[in-house]
Amino acid sequence: MTAQAASAPVLEVRDLVRHYRLPRESLFAEPGHVYALNGVSFTIERGKSFGIVGESGCGKSTLARNVMALEETDGGSVRILGNEVIGLNFDQLRPLRRHFQMVFQDPYGSLDPHHNVGRIVAEPLAALGPISAAEREERVVRVLESVGLKKRDMAKYPHEFSGGQRQRIAIARALITHPELIVADEPVSALDVSVQAQVLNLLKDLQDEFGVTYMFISHDLAVVEYLCDEVAVMYLGEIVEKGRTEDLFARPAHPYTRILLDAVPTPGSGKKRERIKLEGNVTGQTEQRVGCAFQDRCPMAQGICRREKPPLVEVEDGHTAACHFSSEMSERL
Amino acid sequence: MSLLSVKNLNVTLMTSEGPARAVRDLDFTLERGDTLGIVGESGCGKSMTALAIMGLLPENAMPTGEILLNGENLLQKSEAEMCRIRGNRMAMIFQEPMTSLNPVHTVGRQIMEPLRLHKDMNKSEARGEAIRLLDRVGLPNPSERIDNFPHQLSGGQRQRVMIAIALSCAPDILIADEPTTALDVTIQDQILDLTQSLVEEEGMALILISHDLGVISENTDHIMVMYGGASIESGRTDRIFEELSHPYTQGLFAAMPRLGRARNQRLVTIPGTVPDLINLPTGCTFTDRCPLASDICRNTPPPVHAFKTGHRVACHHLDIARAKKTEELFS
Repeated sequence: MTAQAASAPVLEVRDLVRHYRLPRESLFAEPGHVYALNGVSFTIERGKSFGIVGESGCGKSTLARNVMALEETDGGSVRILGNEVIGLNFDQLRPLRRHFQMVFQDPYGSLDPHHNVGRIVAEPLAALGPISAAEREERVVRVLESVGLKKRDMAKYPHEFSGGQRQRIAIARALITHPELIVADEPVSALDVSVQAQVLNLLKDLQDEFGVTYMFISHDLAVVEYLCDEVAVMYLGEIVEKGRTEDLFARPAHPYTRILLDAVPTPGSGKKRERIKLEGNVTGQTEQRVGCAFQDRCPMAQGICRREKPPLVEVEDGHTAACHFSSEMSERL
Repeated sequence: MSLLSVKNLNVTLMTSEGPARAVRDLDFTLERGDTLGIVGESGCGKSMTALAIMGLLPENAMPTGEILLNGENLLQKSEAEMCRIRGNRMAMIFQEPMTSLNPVHTVGRQIMEPLRLHKDMNKSEARGEAIRLLDRVGLPNPSERIDNFPHQLSGGQRQRVMIAIALSCAPDILIADEPTTALDVTIQDQILDLTQSLVEEEGMALILISHDLGVISENTDHIMVMYGGASIESGRTDRIFEELSHPYTQGLFAAMPRLGRARNQRLVTIPGTVPDLINLPTGCTFTDRCPLASDICRNTPPPVHAFKTGHRVACHHLDIARAKKTEELFS
């Protein structure tokens, strides 16, 4: 690693844009687009966890795929340890991939059922060039132990493990190259509560031990609050609010964040809670609209929201929100 | 007479490795207007209980005991008789709205099916009723949406269609098996609100199955916590959350990340995994994972402590479990 890379933030995303073209519906009309990402910018410092929340269809997973350079991007820049990854071809990316790895949502679909665990976990090492069999085995054993699995598990196949153990295997596979950045897309949403707690504790321990940086995508706000130092809330391919977890959860400055927080059911709270409710679901990915992205579902929307797009402005130190009425939001609390 | 009364229900699955006891000695009753929540991890018998009530158990399952619907034992009904009850007097909403609707039929046709079967409606009556039902469950533009195929609807809309099908014949009992697990928090909120108001307005009884204690807490009056196929704690929802008696209930509650808790605190985990249903321990099934377990737990089934409030807990060490707080218990 060069000196420049050591001081740079682990991940720096600038104005990332991704539009998917829809199939042409008529011979004469222009084909439509899905505007999945419309200029997303954020930075993650070394050893921190950055959470991304939002409903399905808001562009969370597209963001993950673009950060991981798994698909073409339409604009913007993604710098990992100071190196630009957008626009690199497959061969140029391959040696860089050791620095950023991914953990997927579905622990059943993301492990090849035909390979044993030793082979699955060792696979990313191939990107590092030739390596002796003894050294490979030693690294696999070490990484399996760090996620709480045993050496003899190497010869087993994925179907012999429970969901939580499979997610541990997926985490071991991501860790084996000693990456700086792990992008985790809903890593615990398919797991039971008790197993989810084990995996979340493991992720935290690994961060303390190896200093990895997480970009953590989830729709579960309680999970994000537990794990992340900073949170960004996304809506229709844009970040609508961003800040330190404790600030953002205590003083949401965007109505969408407030509604998301209110929608989380809490055990032991009784039946009736006062809250703002949200009608409908995320729509409008296929149009480029004037004004605020959230105008159709916002309980506070007024004339200005339909005419002018609110910029992302600072509401307090390190806490930004894109809402015309964010100062009123904080007064309401 | 109770609307539904389950007495000493046992379900045994005949597997190639031997009999697996999926549900053991389950007793509960349900009155009209009651809402019962069933909580537990995967593999603790929640869904098997629901399937037993609906008469939808897999072929290798052997149910014994009694499931009385208005005094009639459902376990003794023939398949033809069950077909007249299922969908008509009892209905079920499944977990995955993506896979439980038929992709090659329009949603209208799928809602009309129970109406034509159970209510002898002709095609145009059934269509009118289906439109009314879609409107009732809050699907926008029902007269056009009725001709849509499932893939043209979003996850939340599909779950609304499932609810419309379940409601079509105004059943006495609605069983919802993890109805919102696959949905976003905001959509989950909408669907649970809808179910709750429908249950209140139509006077149905609801059995809500979920692993999410928050969902259960906000939508039910009574809770049954299941572990290893048996009910280990049951009672009024508010009492359970106030008292948190059984070590397993305490562990489940503490393992859940909750909004507003200190961030740097570790989550409590319950060590180990759910017991193997084929080789269940002779004593308490939670023994291997319980911080309070002693020799008596391993060999003797725990006594059921019943309180005046209707709260029932099956544990050998109830007093110690109640005296210790969860953090002390699982550290």
